Formats: sequence, C-alpha cells, structure tokens
Amino acid sequence: MLKKPVYLDYHATTPVDPEVMRTMLPYFTENFGNAASKSHEYGWTAEAAVERARGMIARLIGATDKEIIFTSGATESDNLAVTGAARMYREKGNHIITSAIEHKAVLDSCHALEREGFEITYLGVDKYGQVSPEDVKKAITQRTILASIMAANNEIGTINPVAAIGRVCKEAGVIFHTDAVQGVGKMPIDVEKMGIDLLSLSAHKIYGPKGVGALYVRRKNPRVRLVPIIHGGGHERGMRSGTLNVPGIVGFGKACEILQRVMTEEIRRMQHLRDMLWDGIRTQLEDVYLNGHPDERLPNSLNVSFAYVEGESLMMGMKDIAVSSGSACTSASLEPSYVLKAIGVDEDLAHTSIRFSVGRFTDEEEIRYVVKKVVDTVNKLRELSPLYEMAKQGIDIKNVQWTGHHH
Amino acid sequence: MYSKKLMDICENPSNVGTLDKDSPDVGTGMVGSPECGDVMKLQIMIDRATRVIKDVKFKTFGCGSAIASTSLMTDWVKGKSIEDALKFTNAEVVKELELPAIKIHCSILAEDALRAAVEDYYKKNPDMRPAVSALGG
Repeated sequence: MLKKPVYLDYHATTPVDPEVMRTMLPYFTENFGNAASKSHEYGWTAEAAVERARGMIARLIGATDKEIIFTSGATESDNLAVTGAARMYREKGNHIITSAIEHKAVLDSCHALEREGFEITYLGVDKYGQVSPEDVKKAITQRTILASIMAANNEIGTINPVAAIGRVCKEAGVIFHTDAVQGVGKMPIDVEKMGIDLLSLSAHKIYGPKGVGALYVRRKNPRVRLVPIIHGGGHERGMRSGTLNVPGIVGFGKACEILQRVMTEEIRRMQHLRDMLWDGIRTQLEDVYLNGHPDERLPNSLNVSFAYVEGESLMMGMKDIAVSSGSACTSASLEPSYVLKAIGVDEDLAHTSIRFSVGRFTDEEEIRYVVKKVVDTVNKLRELSPLYEMAKQGIDIKNVQWTGHHH
Repeated sequence: MYSKKLMDICENPSNVGTLDKDSPDVGTGMVGSPECGDVMKLQIMIDRATRVIKDVKFKTFGCGSAIASTSLMTDWVKGKSIEDALKFTNAEVVKELELPAIKIHCSILAEDALRAAVEDYYKKNPDMRPAVSALGG
C-alpha cells in the first residue's frame, strides 16, 4: 500500500532518518548538558557530542572542524555570511556580487545592506539558471568584497559552476560565499577544490532535524572574519552566540555521516527515479517543458511547466501528491516565481509549473503512481482549459488580445 | 485554505464545454489573460422568445477558486432570463465558496465573463439589447 500523499517535495524538507533520530534521542534526556558548561560531566558529554558532529559535517565538505559554525538554520547562515562579511570588510569596499535567483535569505540580506550603503550587483543567469564565471569576473571592481552565488538552485535544481566562480573570486581577492543548502549530499562539494570561503548548509534538507544549520567559515588562505549578527555569550568563536542546540547538532552530524556513506549510491538512485518520472510524463503528455539545466541539475530535481494548466489547480487535482508550484496562485504575493522569470520562462508558462523532488525514501511504485496521476489530472484539466482548446484550433495565444485584469 | 464546497466543485465542475461561437444565439465572453494566470471563457445560449439562458458552458484556465467560481456562476445563471442572470454578483460566489480575500479577484472575473458573454450576444443581436434605461436599472 502506498502511503499518501506521496511525498515528492524533498527540496522543501526531508523526514528525519530513523538512524539520525535514534542518535539524537539521548541528548534530549540523559545527556541534556549545556555544551558550554566546562565544569562538569554533563557539559563535557554534550561538548564532546557537538565536536564529533562538527567533525562529521566538516568531513562532508572537505573542511576542518574549527571552520564549522552552528546556526539555527540556513536562513541564519546566509544572513550571517552575507551581512557579517559585508560589515567586517566594509573599509575595504562596499560592493557585493550575487545572482538574481539566490534564495531570499541571501537576496533580502543584500537588500538590507543596500540600505546601509552597500552596492549590490544582481547577476542575471542563462536560460538554464546558471551564473557565468565570466560575468562574475566582469562585475568585480576595486570595491568588491564579497560574491554570494548558490551551489544549486532550490526551484529548478540547476547546478552552478562553483569551482570556476571560486577561482575567479580567489584571483581577485574577493570572498566567495555559496548557499549549498540544496547541493549538499546531491553533488560533490569540497571547499578546498572549489575555492569556497563561506558555505551555508542546513540539516533538515539532508534527513536531519529542523532548526539547525551551519556556516563554514574559512580559517586560512584567507582567514575569513565576520561581524556577528547575534550577540551574547561568545559561543562559536564569537561568531554566533547562543546555547548550542545539542540534540539538533548531534542529528545534523549523524545525517552528514550517513550521507558520506550512501551519497554516491543515493545520487544514482534518485537520478533513476527522477528520470523515470520525467520520461513517464513527457512520453504521455504533449507541451510539457523542463525548467532548469538538462544535465547540470541536482539528481533529484524536476521542474516542469504543463502548458495550458494552472499550477495550483493541478496540485488541487492531485491532492495525494505532495509537490510545490511556481504558480502565482500559491504564493501570498500572487507573483509567479522570480526564478522562472529570471531564466526567461514566459509568465503564462510560469503559472503552470510544478516542482517535483525525489529523495531517500522515494520508490518506483510511488513514481509509477505519480506519473499516472499527473497524466490523468493534466488531461482532465486541459479539457477544462480554454487555452488548450485554442491551441488545438491552431490559435497562438501569444497573439491574442487579452483583456488583462486586476493583478 | 479552501472550503469543502470549493474543493468538491473543482473535483466535478458543472457545465464544462463549448458551444458554437458562430451561432447567432450564442454569446461568448473571454476574460483574463494567461500572464495573469486566469482565463475564463463563458458561453451562453439564449432563447430569443423568452430571453432565457437555455444553455451555458465554460472553460477556465486558473487556480481552484477560478474554476469553482465559474462553475458556480454557470449553475446560477442557467435557466434564468438575461436580466435576472445579470443580477448575479461576485459577492454571492465569495460567500458561497468562502473565498479567502486573496482569491476574490477570481470571483470578479467570473462576473466579468458573464457580462462579456451577454455583451457579445447583444453585438450579434442588436435588436435584443434593451433600452439604456433598462440596463442601468
């Protein structure tokens, strides 16, 4: 029996792996100590567990233990990286480079910095969603202190040429931050080989708990310093005060340890399921379009526009599948996805997009079910769609004089 | 966020389909735009003698509330005279479907579609158009 709704929204969050859960449990109860308590056994046990976890996280991305700073999640990591570096190096310059399709945690930090007098360049991306290292290079000026470019995009899964961007930044002496929340565990990441100075990651995207994240902060070549955004007891080398979330951190560490073990095989497996989903959809439906890079894309990611069918109504029609949509109607702002807009997806098609993301617990039976459900629902809704009818009659909807309206 | 009634209508909308837009008895209204994410096409077939809407069909590209709003409106106007049908307002849809504030524009669009269909019918049949004062009433 299939468990419903079938979960295909692993980009949004993932269930905690049972092994992770088991590892965490004692740290809620018997090993409840504060990792900052240096005077007794409870504190030492907690601290040792935190340090083990720190090591596991560091190993997954090719860093050293001391370069990992724990946070409340990737939003905080992005905020700390961008804001903290900007304020630290403000005397050196006030220019920051980022891309138009970064996560809001980066974009909104940049907007806030603009109000503090920083100048931000928002680089465009190509039709697949990639930032060109050449564009980064061209954007760098004497005043540039930081570039923040994501490893892989959360909506379309496109992977950026991170190593090449890292090289460009290194040559120019610009600090390079990458939001690797979606990339970790789904693509090889090595902060040394890729020239990364700051890297954000999150536990709940990799089968760890919610409410814990980390920021990698390079300690040499160069040693990166940050102005903290949370003040207090001076935890985490002064960069992030606050009592550590020990059970969360323990789970985060375990999640990374598991990934290190299973990642190669898991990538292959997810890619197989993802391709099976896409093949099923595109062979049975006409006028479906893949959003994102055809190859340089996260192995679990599939963003599709189903022409003539609005995304929210499609999701309603397949309530027993948990996915997300780039449609305006699902957002509070009624604006379609800024990511799809940035890669040049026409607005009418942006309204029809659905993001599927598979993961560790997805299986073939689920994919077969989803393919059938998607095909049936799209066909049903196309029968209901005036746009589909017009397309069948050979009318190009782009040439129609629409009345437009309230938005 | 949606009421059960809205979900049920989306599952099984009534009066989906197409009437012959070239027929003199049929008025067609198409409102919205694909860029905005909603397009509604509404067609009404009028009985000349009684001015009654004998048949009504719609197709909607849009979110669940847009589909449900149009479906509900077609149920409402079917069998009514043009004049009675035009008494329909989006407020009825909002109430009946318990539309959240952010979706009220969907119900307005349904009302616009009806008015556009009636207008199209009058264009084809100028003799059926009531005197201005009657419309204003």
